Amino acid sequence: MKNYEQTLLELAQADERIIVMTAENRAAIRNLPNLLPGRFIDTGITEQTMVGAAAGLALRGRIPVLHALATFLTLRAFEFVRTDVGIGGLPVKLVGGVPGFLSDGNGPTHQAIEDVALMRGIPGFHVFCPADEEDLVLALPQIINSPNPTYIRHNALKTVAGYEHEPFEIGKAEVRRTSESATRPDDVAILVYGMLLAQAWDAKARLEAEGLSVRLVNVRMPKPIDVAAVLGAARESSLLVTLEDHFLTGGLFSIVSEVLTRHGETADVLPIALEEHWFKPALLPDVLRHEGFTGEQIAARILERLPIRVS
Amino acid sequence: MTQEEIDQLQEMALRVREHIIRLSTDGGCFTGASLSCADLIVYLYNRFLNVGPHNFDAPDRDYLFLSKGHDVPALYGTFVELGWLAAERLGNHLKTNDFIYWHPNRAIPGIEFHSGSLGHLPSVAVGVALDCKLRGLDNRVVVITGDGELDEGTVWEALQVAAAKKLDNLLFIVDRNHFQANIRTEELIPLEPLAPKFEAFGGRVRRVDGHDFAALEAGLRALSDGGGSGKPAVLIADTIRGRGLPSIQERADRWFCNFSHEEVAALLDELHGARQAEIASEALIVR
Repeated sequence: MKNYEQTLLELAQADERIIVMTAENRAAIRNLPNLLPGRFIDTGITEQTMVGAAAGLALRGRIPVLHALATFLTLRAFEFVRTDVGIGGLPVKLVGGVPGFLSDGNGPTHQAIEDVALMRGIPGFHVFCPADEEDLVLALPQIINSPNPTYIRHNALKTVAGYEHEPFEIGKAEVRRTSESATRPDDVAILVYGMLLAQAWDAKARLEAEGLSVRLVNVRMPKPIDVAAVLGAARESSLLVTLEDHFLTGGLFSIVSEVLTRHGETADVLPIALEEHWFKPALLPDVLRHEGFTGEQIAARILERLPIRVS
Repeated sequence: MTQEEIDQLQEMALRVREHIIRLSTDGGCFTGASLSCADLIVYLYNRFLNVGPHNFDAPDRDYLFLSKGHDVPALYGTFVELGWLAAERLGNHLKTNDFIYWHPNRAIPGIEFHSGSLGHLPSVAVGVALDCKLRGLDNRVVVITGDGELDEGTVWEALQVAAAKKLDNLLFIVDRNHFQANIRTEELIPLEPLAPKFEAFGGRVRRVDGHDFAALEAGLRALSDGGGSGKPAVLIADTIRGRGLPSIQERADRWFCNFSHEEVAALLDELHGARQAEIASEALIVR
């Protein structure tokens, strides 16, 4: 499989509209400065100026693909994103590095855990949260060619063992069920985006070992949300779980609540997110364990919440 | 520039000021700042910029970005005088049937980008200038900032990036009218010595009287000679807020003005030197 950098390079080589930019954060694009002469622009540690300049480049017909740490790109430059890219309706693509739990040991200054809430609030903006690098690469051509400004939660993790991604389509989720042909409702539906797909996949196996039927929805794009996938999960399961490395406010739990309310649906919902606190800085596996986001802990929280089954 | 050409520019600037004054009622507008940059804008569109309805879609045309967007009445007035905007549309100011309001937007042909939040368009202009350089074009990208706007750090951030990227096709013009909203710049956040600041950030700087067309031309010509230097150009245009109207000129409390129709008539007379207007309309004070 090609990685993100190779995929971006090939897209850029085939389309001179694409400009790769960074505010001196080259982790995902180290080899591109020499391979894209003139179309690799590093503005230095200037997230605001980079975003404003990207708007200017887009006015000239370019498709700028911006790289910076997710927290600085979405917070430091927020007004530039909203005002220059958002009001301008320009096809700028923002790639946020180490979002959510991926910032592991950095501490709260670097924790982008309100990024989905911020970016989805801007009219016209799309938000894409790949589960892993393969998910990212599958989506990249469509995301870059979309006329919408888009925020991408960058993720270079390997795909969790046993999971195979479907082709990508903007606004469509991926759904996996214990039995694809089952006619009775699932016991649990887990809605997740981003890196926690791996933990959700693990939790699914653990719940199935307990005899439960599980639906797993890799949301992929919190915006535009796949309404049919959300409503289907709500209508055809006993418990709906939203799972995200994001504040509870404004993320997937909020999105699902909005979809259900708008469609007059009720559901028993268990939100698993960061509630009113920044997460404990540590290496990623320890962060997950400390915050209660390992597959085992997620499965336990779901089992605890499920209604007692009468068989 | 011949005296006849100067006279023509002065006549147009006078008519632009009339438009600004007429827009300063029924909801009002930012009269003072619009009057300070009126001469500058009239000069740029008539004598400096290669842009107009004939080439709006051409990749090698020039650009003017109005970063201190509240002075957009000067732009509307100039576009009317150039025939780019129907004069009747100024009657739609602040009406929902049109797009003519207190800040610029792209629905008006000739306006390159929206502004209103200060310190944004220097970076947008950097992006446009980068693309022009990348395509090997020698068109000019101009961004007008206010002097109060220089409080915003992103102006300096963008200038530093422009210098690093050797954007000598980029021209910053500061409408140096010495006022923030309701306070003199030097009383709040002093800017002087201003020219050395811009030089220290990598600019080629000229400072001129922003109401003197011959001086503007000389300053811009001197800066144009530096094309190829790799340095962005900076023109500090010393101006007077409320220029042309002694009754509001350089008054800290006359930033946003919403005059009565009678006051508008009196101010038009004052503009033409007939009588001094008496202004009783409430001033908008935001400090």
